[in-house]
Amino acid sequence: MTSSVSPARTDAAPMIEACAVQKWYPNGFHALRGVDLTVQRGEVVVIMGPSGSGKSTFLRTFNALEDFQQGSICVDGIVLSDDLRQIDAIRQEVGMVFQQFNLFPHLTVLENLTLAPVLVRKRPKAEVEQQARALLRRVGIAEQSDKYPGQLSGGQQQRVAIARSLCMEPRIMLFDEPTSALDPEMVREVLEVMRGLAADGMTMVVVTHEVHFAREVATRVVLMADGEKVEEAPPEQFFTNPTQERSKRFLDQILISNP
Amino acid sequence: MTPLLRRLRQDLFATPADGLVTVLLLALIGAGGFAVLHWALGQAQWAVIRANSTLFAVGRYPLDQQWRLWLLTALLAAATGLSWGMLRSHPRPDRGGSLWPRNDWMAVGMVALLSLALPSLLGLALPLQLRWWAIAALLLLLRWLAGRFGPLLPAPLKRCLPLGLPLLYLLGMVLIGGGLALEPVSPSQWGGLMLTLLESSFAILLCFPLGVLLALGRRSDLPLLRWGSVVYIEFFRGAPLITLLFLGQNMLGFLLPGGVAPERVWRAAWVLTLFAAAYLAEAVRSGLAAVPRGQLEAARSLGLSTPQAFTTVVLPQALRVALPSMVGQFISLLQDTTLLSLIGLMELLGTARTVMANPAFLGRNAEVYFTLAVLFWCCCAALGLGSRALERRLNPSTLA
Repeated sequence: MTSSVSPARTDAAPMIEACAVQKWYPNGFHALRGVDLTVQRGEVVVIMGPSGSGKSTFLRTFNALEDFQQGSICVDGIVLSDDLRQIDAIRQEVGMVFQQFNLFPHLTVLENLTLAPVLVRKRPKAEVEQQARALLRRVGIAEQSDKYPGQLSGGQQQRVAIARSLCMEPRIMLFDEPTSALDPEMVREVLEVMRGLAADGMTMVVVTHEVHFAREVATRVVLMADGEKVEEAPPEQFFTNPTQERSKRFLDQILISNP
Repeated sequence: MTPLLRRLRQDLFATPADGLVTVLLLALIGAGGFAVLHWALGQAQWAVIRANSTLFAVGRYPLDQQWRLWLLTALLAAATGLSWGMLRSHPRPDRGGSLWPRNDWMAVGMVALLSLALPSLLGLALPLQLRWWAIAALLLLLRWLAGRFGPLLPAPLKRCLPLGLPLLYLLGMVLIGGGLALEPVSPSQWGGLMLTLLESSFAILLCFPLGVLLALGRRSDLPLLRWGSVVYIEFFRGAPLITLLFLGQNMLGFLLPGGVAPERVWRAAWVLTLFAAAYLAEAVRSGLAAVPRGQLEAARSLGLSTPQAFTTVVLPQALRVALPSMVGQFISLLQDTTLLSLIGLMELLGTARTVMANPAFLGRNAEVYFTLAVLFWCCCAALGLGSRALERRLNPSTLA
């Protein structure tokens, strides 16, 4: 992966440092109640939790898709503030993969990949296209590059979405329930790509319900409930010997459906 | 039974009730068609159109300056042929496009037929007929040339070609109005179909960007911009156009900087533009609402700035959705130009009224109105056909 060899600013500093993040929705709902999280370079952090626990909201604060009212977030040495230039700078370093893919339906697969690098990074189009084709080969859909997203299966679309993010050469990738909208037989092909990414040393924060993925790939698992961080532990300890009562209840529930 | 007969029977006479409906409708269509034909060929006296064809086309434009309009017509025909051929020679990579689809042959046939038949039906002098033939020939020649040799042009030149259209529009304004060493022709002497097309094309071209900005403003987070857009849209949608036209004649002189709208023609054009922009904004807004929120989020999370995200991701999708209703607005805008006759402009309807007021053509109202209807129908049909072609070309989802 090209991004993993690009020189890091300060290798020892954490990639993401979130301190006591609090968020209220405009309707008064207290969505995040002082959440802390530190993600080191090369780590894969999996965030789990029941729906409505604030895990997606928390993830989306990292690239300022959601704002927050108290606390602080620092991504790759840049402090998130209301300064729009800072936000744009962070978004260029942070890739995001959505539950609903959010590919651009009016552009071909290749154009989906090349749009941002050409427009934002001002890189020459031919060079970006070459890189895009290499990325599409890597996620296993090289032959679909001239099709439109609507002509692809869900699993293929999600792999294009991952390649689209990678084309910006981000230093960190956020995944917001990347397999939740997929048919079961397509989940595997997407997780396979994510495994490969983790093996290459990409820093990743993944919101997911995939227990197997969390067990095999995660360096740490975080459980959130009701806008708070309930537990944070290495996967083995988290799945076999959780310390909190709330974690045990959650694990009982998801392990029934996800043995 | 032959296949054709079998199909006819299946489609039209499948059950006794179907058969009855078919027979009744055929009788109605036949009777109506016969009545119209009987009137058009037997009773109608088309001399009123023949004698006034120039008046209907360009109004009281000075005779010795009309060569400018011929030149403009020729330029428009050339531009039409050129862009038609270029479009056909660059089919979208994802679908098999032919250089000469069947529809194009029908269009060529219609252009040839109209240019041959119409001038002689109107009883134009032979030199004028020849000019029309030459203009049609120019259009078809450039269609062929652009289709044949267009792909050979160097890429930078091809990219610059669309810039020719706004230039052509400005050149057209100069040719019609004068200036740049041409003798000025006062707008009060413009008229007929030319004025109708001028007013509607001016309004269509300008109301489009204005409408898009208003639609974006209405969805903006900035309260002043949002409320400003809402007030504007609701004001212009809340008043009848004719009221606004009268108001504009009296007020626009104060509101706009001096020199922008000194003439009634231009004041009316601005009112039409501002009026149409409000309706267009609502069409665009419905298009914007159809684009999922995730599209903007995805674009922003890739690092695109908000203006970049709107111009490359959100607006292309929104405008595609809004296209049919936008063209609907353009068509009604074209028809609304008839209201300009009420403020004394000599556009098509205004011209028609002066012709009918001429004692020499007393009682020839039916012929005049019929011609007017056909002219408007042709313009609107052209807009509709163009929009449908554009929709097909823009819409990759028809493939999925």
